[in-house]
Amino acid sequence: MEQIRKQYKKILSDYIGNQSESDLYIGQNFIKRMIQKNVTPEEVISIHKHALEEIYDDIPESVLHGYDFLIEVMVHFGLKVQEHQSLLAKQEELRIEMDIAAKIQNLLLETEIPKPRSIDIGMLSIPLRKMNGDYVHFMHDDERYLSVAVTDVVGKGVPAALCMSMVKYGLDTLEYANSNPSYVLEVLNKIIEKSIDDSMFVSLCYGRYNLKTNVFTWSSAGHEPSLYYKASDQAFYDLEAKGLLLGIMPEAKYTQQDIELEDNDFVILMTDGVTDFRNREEFDSREIIKGIALENRHLSAQEMCEAIYEEMKKLHDFKLEDDFTAVIIKK
Amino acid sequence: MNVNVQFREDGDLLLGFIEGEIDTYTAPILRDELEMIRLSEGLLVELDLSNVNYMDSTGLGVFVAFYKKIVQENARLKLTNLSARLTRLFEITGLSELMEIEKGGASNASI
Repeated sequence: MEQIRKQYKKILSDYIGNQSESDLYIGQNFIKRMIQKNVTPEEVISIHKHALEEIYDDIPESVLHGYDFLIEVMVHFGLKVQEHQSLLAKQEELRIEMDIAAKIQNLLLETEIPKPRSIDIGMLSIPLRKMNGDYVHFMHDDERYLSVAVTDVVGKGVPAALCMSMVKYGLDTLEYANSNPSYVLEVLNKIIEKSIDDSMFVSLCYGRYNLKTNVFTWSSAGHEPSLYYKASDQAFYDLEAKGLLLGIMPEAKYTQQDIELEDNDFVILMTDGVTDFRNREEFDSREIIKGIALENRHLSAQEMCEAIYEEMKKLHDFKLEDDFTAVIIKK
Repeated sequence: MNVNVQFREDGDLLLGFIEGEIDTYTAPILRDELEMIRLSEGLLVELDLSNVNYMDSTGLGVFVAFYKKIVQENARLKLTNLSARLTRLFEITGLSELMEIEKGGASNASI
């Protein structure tokens, strides 16, 4: 350290003497040695202050106090910089972990849209953030039954995504597409109720389509009511049920209902991310969706989902506030 | 946006007035407020939601958790003065079948 002090003093007095570029350059290079010797910025200032004191014996006290002040300030500055850098490093670490988690979730919860011959199916699920709190699950028994589950976990982000994996495996264990919707909900409810926190729950709409008879049997657990368009009536009906959210009461019971789809009829299953307009209370979002669907009913089910998404995004000024999921089943 | 709760105690009745918007960010505040209530057998907690102009599913989660705690302690919970929007939210989710929900409430009757 003593050597560094001496060398610094020499470089400084040379520079003060002729203010040449080359002395400045020597000073700049000298910093490398200081860093090697672990000299902190505040120590550099302290070395500078002592060097000045030795070069000049007439430095006013007030200037020296000024240096003391700067040294103290720099100590604090150094600490804050360190803190900031460690936060940045931590943030980067989390970001990488989130990316990996989102990739795993996409793999686990990947939904393939089945293509049975007699009906047209469309699906769109767009997460608000990296992780999706909505999930769509299809099951298809060779041209006999097709079942669909549209689910939404309370909350967003990582906790919702973790909970969703559980729902997926619950649905997977049911294995067959021909199970009764009310039975499916009762089984899932028990699984979820056992495993999650008191303030966590899942809303789910489950439908089973009989590809031979065209009967759509549905049941709902606290989910946004589906919309059913009956072409012969040229009217929409709400598929409303008062089934309780999954994960609240182990003994909850669910009912199921049948509708028979005829040509050009369709059902829209969706999550509340499609209908929720937080700051536009005057909007009757379900009426708006009916309008968009009606206007685009000549399109394929997939194109209809996309049209609804595009229109709703516009109405939200392109700032959706929730995960968005819509499924359309069209005869 | 914030949420604010004020309580008034009247014997076996605890009246709570909730004001604001209940979403992902404010729900923890409401949860903490509700968790501080000392529940006892026979206590009726009546929460007035007339000044709640928005609630999302995280907000529902807070009420569900609180309801479970109430049932455990043999107390009672009543939600009053819900807006049409909130009423629909409780209906769709099936919670209105489970919880006691009233259009009016004691807070109204006392005025």
